[in-house]
Amino acid sequence: MYSPETAATLEKSDCMAGIHLVASDLSYAYAEEPVLREVSLEVESGEVVGVIGPNGSGKTTIIKVLSGVLKGYAGSVHLDGEEIRSLPRRQLARRVAVVPQETEAALPFTALEVVLMGRHPHMGGLSFETAADIGIARQALERSGAAHLASRNIQRLSSGERQRVIFARALAQQPGVLLLDEPTSFMDIRYQVELYDLVRDLVVEKGVSVLTTLHDLNLAAEYCDRIYLLRDGRVHAQGVTDEVLTYANLTEVFHTDVYVDTNDLTGKLMVIPLSGRAREELRRRESPSR
Amino acid sequence: MSREHLTARRVVGWTLILAALLFACILLAGNLGAGNVSLFRLFFQPETLSPVERTILLEVRLPRVLLAAILGGALTVAGIVFQALLRNPLADPYILGVSGGASIGGVRAMLGGMGTGSSLLGQLGVPGFAFLGALGALVLIERIATIGGRFTVHTILLTGVIFNAFCAALIYFIQSIASLEQLHAIVFYLMGRVPDDYRYVSVVGLAAGAILVTVVLLAMARNYNALSLGEEGAQQVGVEVERIKHRTFVLGSLLTGMAVSVAGMIGFVGLVVPHLLRIVLGPDHRLLLPAGFLGGAAFLVAADLMARMLVYPNEIPVGVVTALVGGPFFLLLLRRKGADYVFA
Repeated sequence: MYSPETAATLEKSDCMAGIHLVASDLSYAYAEEPVLREVSLEVESGEVVGVIGPNGSGKTTIIKVLSGVLKGYAGSVHLDGEEIRSLPRRQLARRVAVVPQETEAALPFTALEVVLMGRHPHMGGLSFETAADIGIARQALERSGAAHLASRNIQRLSSGERQRVIFARALAQQPGVLLLDEPTSFMDIRYQVELYDLVRDLVVEKGVSVLTTLHDLNLAAEYCDRIYLLRDGRVHAQGVTDEVLTYANLTEVFHTDVYVDTNDLTGKLMVIPLSGRAREELRRRESPSR
Repeated sequence: MSREHLTARRVVGWTLILAALLFACILLAGNLGAGNVSLFRLFFQPETLSPVERTILLEVRLPRVLLAAILGGALTVAGIVFQALLRNPLADPYILGVSGGASIGGVRAMLGGMGTGSSLLGQLGVPGFAFLGALGALVLIERIATIGGRFTVHTILLTGVIFNAFCAALIYFIQSIASLEQLHAIVFYLMGRVPDDYRYVSVVGLAAGAILVTVVLLAMARNYNALSLGEEGAQQVGVEVERIKHRTFVLGSLLTGMAVSVAGMIGFVGLVVPHLLRIVLGPDHRLLLPAGFLGGAAFLVAADLMARMLVYPNEIPVGVVTALVGGPFFLLLLRRKGADYVFA
């Protein structure tokens, strides 16, 4: 059972502290179709690590394996040295929280009730949320900028609003590892930035370990400390963000042309995809014969 | 409504209210019926009751009223958990096929006269055979629907629906070769009727079984809440989804199988009462399950009372009453409060 005293101490420390995540030689196949091939990656406490790659390169599968949703993988996943296969799901959910791209909502729960579901792994069988649980949930909503949504029906929220509630649910789990699967796909730029700012704050304050998949390479450049670039289920390149987001790597893996430059304002890289017409224009300029 | 989250107080409050409603329905049903016999007379003028009247009241009417309560509770709880499991508002207790197995068992017993003989099998009676049919169906459906170690919602649903269609065809076949007398009995059995020839031992046994299963399901209530965010959504907060799905299928099917064995296919209760309660009480299963048992019980006691009384001294099948009365009432409520009620 979850006593109020432990809840109070949890709340004080917020219980989050980074967990060292190590995945070694991960392979996974859906019905004999290999999706991940001997992928090894690592996230340390206080890091934001990005996973990028084309559609079908295995990004989502990595998140599903690391969160214990897919179990039939080869290789190993360790949280502070413990293999996740040996952890009951409740214990895993106390250490690892996930924000997926989209979440369905079959029933009209309020946003606060959805965030309280994040307390499930901390609670006993039939019990009701304690005042401490409710405090943690409200705090999580507040941090996600969704406090005003508390009594709203989750089904009636816009996808951006719903995503912030799901993010708050992940915070309420008080995890050491936060896995984000393209969490900002359906958000406008303001909410994209707000969400990743929040992730950054968490990492700085609590030392949470964050692994996030992204399609937006500029967000990756802005927020990730390190990056794994996937291609056909393998790690094609890895390292510090600036070393991975190179013209050569990106054009080779994504099979399209891009313009990579440094943003003068921030000193970070920026990546702009080029249209077919722009590519043609370039080619014409480069071959001035005729 | 400024409901933000569920409190234990709200659960206790509504449980008491619905328990009182159920008690009132049982009292009413005990006071109305054949002759001038009533619970009122039993308590306040016991000396005026003849032995025959005592028998009518205590050995026919009261067991029937209590059975209606148990069946209504069991069917509603089964409906709630199947809707949660399948995340489908059209799910009812009969959707996953176990009722098909039960009706085959029951009908087979009637046809062969097996429910009446004095052999070992004959002792089981029609309900016993029906329950065996339900158990057989349960095992078979779970085996068929588990593919590659996974028990997915779509395969459970499709297996159940197809199994039901198969059973229906078998029953049509049986009906086509049955005598006119048997045909009549079969049709009435399948239509659903709360029996009035049960002894208290059986009533208590059934009540204990239904309540036990409901309590076990209630212990999983928070898991059902989390399942509304999808199977992966539930796994992410620590729900052992595969285990919950299996248990829910088995326990819900036991409740359904029990109800069909005793009373045939009483429709509508397990579909509409869950929605009705969700509209009024919200979606949290920690409240919905106890409220469902009590509310479903009260609903079926009232419906069975109407089935007995509306065209007295004849009877209407109770399934006809549940649909004729419950349907319009539900639609009315849906129109008035349904704007906030989305399930999908």
